Amino acid sequence: MDLRDAYFIDGLRSWYGRAKPNGFYWTTRADDIVTKIMKELMRRNPEVPWDDVDDNIWGATTQSGDQGTTMGRTTVFTAGLPDRVPGFSVDRMCAGGMTAQSIAGAWIKTNAADIVIAGGVEHMGHHPMGAEADPNPRIVTEKMVEPKYFNMGVTAEKLHDWMVENGYPEVTREESDVYSYHVQKRYAKALAEGYYDDQTVNMAVFTPDGWKVADRDEQARPETTLEGLAKLKSPFKAAGKVTAGNSSGLNDGATVALMMSGEKAKELGLKPKMRLIGYAFEGVDPSIMGWGPIPATDKVLKRYGFKIDDIDFIELNEAFAVQAVAFMKYFGLKYPEDPRLNPYGGTIAIGHPLATSGVRLSVQLAKDFELHPEARYGLCTMCVGLGMGGATLWENMVGKDL
Amino acid sequence: MAKYITKCKLNFYNSRKAGKIAIVTMDNGEDYRKPNTWSLEALDSLNEVLDTVEKDPDVKGWLLVGKPFIFNVGADIMSIDPNVTRDDALAIGRKGHATFKRIMGLNIPTVAAINGAAMGGGVEVSLYHDYRCIAKDPGGCDHFAFPECFIGLVPGWGGTQLVPRIAGPEAAVELIINNPLNQNRMTKATRVFDLGLADRIFAPAEFVDDSIAFLEGVITGEEKVEKKQVNPKMDDDLYNQTKAYIESRVHSGAIAPYKALELIKGAGEWTLDEGLAKEDEALADMIVSPQCKASIYSFDLVQRRAKRLPGRPQNVQGQRIKQIGIIGAGLMASQMALLFARRYQVPILMKDIKQEFVDRGIGYVRDQLKKQVKKGRMSEADARWMGEDLIQGTTTYDGFEDCDFVIEAVFEEMGIKQKVFGELEGVCKPECLFLTNTSSLDITEMASKLKDPSRVVGFHFFNPIAVLPLIEIIKADKTSDVALATAYDIARKIKKTPVLVKNSPAFLVNRILLAMMDGVLKCVDDGAPFKQVDKAIVELGFPMEPFALLSLVGPAIALHVQETLNAAWPERFPINQGLKNLVEKKKAGVYLGADVDPEVKEGWPQGNKQFTDEEIQQRVLERLTREIGLSLEEGIVESPKDVDTAMIMGAGWPFFMGGITVYLDQKGYSTKVLGKPFHTGNPLAE
Repeated sequence: MDLRDAYFIDGLRSWYGRAKPNGFYWTTRADDIVTKIMKELMRRNPEVPWDDVDDNIWGATTQSGDQGTTMGRTTVFTAGLPDRVPGFSVDRMCAGGMTAQSIAGAWIKTNAADIVIAGGVEHMGHHPMGAEADPNPRIVTEKMVEPKYFNMGVTAEKLHDWMVENGYPEVTREESDVYSYHVQKRYAKALAEGYYDDQTVNMAVFTPDGWKVADRDEQARPETTLEGLAKLKSPFKAAGKVTAGNSSGLNDGATVALMMSGEKAKELGLKPKMRLIGYAFEGVDPSIMGWGPIPATDKVLKRYGFKIDDIDFIELNEAFAVQAVAFMKYFGLKYPEDPRLNPYGGTIAIGHPLATSGVRLSVQLAKDFELHPEARYGLCTMCVGLGMGGATLWENMVGKDL
Repeated sequence: MAKYITKCKLNFYNSRKAGKIAIVTMDNGEDYRKPNTWSLEALDSLNEVLDTVEKDPDVKGWLLVGKPFIFNVGADIMSIDPNVTRDDALAIGRKGHATFKRIMGLNIPTVAAINGAAMGGGVEVSLYHDYRCIAKDPGGCDHFAFPECFIGLVPGWGGTQLVPRIAGPEAAVELIINNPLNQNRMTKATRVFDLGLADRIFAPAEFVDDSIAFLEGVITGEEKVEKKQVNPKMDDDLYNQTKAYIESRVHSGAIAPYKALELIKGAGEWTLDEGLAKEDEALADMIVSPQCKASIYSFDLVQRRAKRLPGRPQNVQGQRIKQIGIIGAGLMASQMALLFARRYQVPILMKDIKQEFVDRGIGYVRDQLKKQVKKGRMSEADARWMGEDLIQGTTTYDGFEDCDFVIEAVFEEMGIKQKVFGELEGVCKPECLFLTNTSSLDITEMASKLKDPSRVVGFHFFNPIAVLPLIEIIKADKTSDVALATAYDIARKIKKTPVLVKNSPAFLVNRILLAMMDGVLKCVDDGAPFKQVDKAIVELGFPMEPFALLSLVGPAIALHVQETLNAAWPERFPINQGLKNLVEKKKAGVYLGADVDPEVKEGWPQGNKQFTDEEIQQRVLERLTREIGLSLEEGIVESPKDVDTAMIMGAGWPFFMGGITVYLDQKGYSTKVLGKPFHTGNPLAE
């Protein structure tokens, strides 16, 4: 059987909140945020026969409480899809959403589905990282992973050191800070210019202070200065390099994408925004988790016959600035700003509700393509806890016929 | 109660298209189980928010909303000081009016977003807004009501004046009078919208988002709202119909609904300010009225006290119920089967001695289930499942070994009941409980022949089971704590109100009703016409005429209970010859059509004493007082509150009489007959 093409039709997200008692979403259920963005996706795409959705796939790192009960299925009900639409949940930690989207693509390519909703959600306020985890003690006793590397900040500190020890170019604290400063500024400018308008949706949320409207990314710090960043201390290591200023925070939010086969899109007269060329996931030593995007990117480029120079836009999830700088150095991008990498800001400004981010990267890449119809190929890549990287590879469909 | 003060919390949302919007949230910081209410502090907090908004010229719109599931359920009636003066009561009304009118005075568009339960003052605040959005049922606003008349009050913060103006006098009568008098019936969002009281109805999922978008549209002019054209004038037909309806429900006993009717009618004639001032006066009158105090007492009894299950053994785990047995398949047994099937959803065995009795019982259950399906209250699949799979008819004891409790509803004869329990003891597992629905037999005696009498407990339903929420739970001498606790749990599971009653002749409710009947019959014996007695008693506020009650119960059953009581207390419960003759002639009641049946009159020896209505009332109430006093002395129930709970839930006695004991105190009967009142001080605080 020949493989078919899978397309990204549309995508959007909630604004990302701070996972704190005074954050927007503190008293809002994760699945209610999912419901909100699913309903908005449906509203925005009235041509789509929503009753015919083949699956509803949701990534979440913690699959209990308001992220449990097989959310892919329960949100079929809460979003008002018909009972016949099946759904399920997946977990690959930060890459849960990216994995959901990859599965959607694979099923469409292999003729198992035509219309799939894929997304990611994480309420890190309700589900603090690792709070409900019960890792197998053998992982520690048999020294598979040192317990300290369950803490992602510690792996980021380790990455700084490991690169030097292994003959890669050094990433200094200052480089991480400068990079982060530029991310904040790029984000603030893009936000003001309306880049984020049609990829986000406002949501009324009940908070201990009454109803509010979640209408912005709460974590962004447009006022960031280099001096300010330099003063921050690492919570992970004495004289460390990883700080609150050059890392993503703890956040709540959700992102969704609509994936579709070419046949179905053509039949409905829809204009897809991107074609999914392929994807790859790759594991690394868990202690240098942030290195993950590099072998994942190498793998996806190689498998589908691309070189890094073929790629016009890279949306990289910088959980920590060090991994972005490492990535730039490894692939020869221009530091501290390369017009191809995160041109409109990144995770350090936007926030990183774990499983949402992979899908968010694709939503932003689609917007990058829309603003730059001349661009041809784009890459989304991210690191994943316990030493993994993920990457999805896309073709710009703006202005192209099916 | 006043512990959870509802605050009005102000947030501003800077809408790109409509500008700065004030979002005002009513929230007491608790979950939905402790709903938002209006108190003087809550009104102060709304005033503070209004101060801020009035002063801010940038604010372009106002949205009032509740916390999840709850909008606002109105004034916290439990916090009203029972010794409140009329002046203070007047001030309460005026403060609400003055505060809410400030919303009407804002010169920006205002929207009330009724996201959940709204009652009384909670509904009223919404009426001062330019527009109302309501969250669709089910799951949105499922409880919308003016319960004031139900508790002896009138809506006092604009309800009687604004509902007729917004939605017409018919809507006002339905919501403010008819529903509260119809067991305090709740209205759902869809009906509120159809009545024209809400301008938009939105699904619950995005209700607040949609309401904000609606307000934005109003501000920008994109949203056009067609307001219902209303004539607030009440025509004579509606007025007379409503008055007749009130008379049919409460007779001349309750004052509040009549006052409410006058206020609604007045709304068509007065200016708003005149109307609000009239409301202030009416509310003040009602707050200080004995009827309102009695109503609040009653409300507290059934809403709060009864739910704490007074009398249930503490820290005792009830048994798990996975299968139920019923002995008998008559009307009572079939009603039980239906109720157990709906509430427990476990297998139920219904046994009778003949297959045709069983078939008739099962047939009744299935007919009732079909009716539920027809009314849209149950799916066909559920009805089939309950009627055909859950409930099984049988003429043998096969399967009873798996029952966790068995309730008997066989003929009221000690020998038969003892035989049934004896047979059950041979089949059932040792932990299976035996419940009896007897209305008059001695339960200790009924259990006495068993090897384990501790498993027997009285579980007395009131007919019709679907309507009357009372269960008398009767502890026999050897009833175990587990049996008793389980009986309480069963009552709660089937959504009934249990009252613990001592094992004694006719238990409580029937004894009180028969005492009342005794007073009534004596008046007739002495010469009072049947109709005069009926009228005199029903005017006090009782739900039906005594001789109508006699027909409903059936003269034979009434006589049977009288005989039971007579055996115990021959002096207080003499056998009434007229009643005996009635039963012998197999009459269904004393009336034939609208008049007294001449054959009944003939067989009823009567004196020739003339009575005034007051004399009849006095005699009957004194007889009642005496019997209640004795019941309490004998420890039949723990407290006068149990008497009132039982009479309200088991006989439909009115809230505004406080069941009965509060009324007897208020009218001085208790002091006169017993030498002291039933309640000392504030009955609520006891």
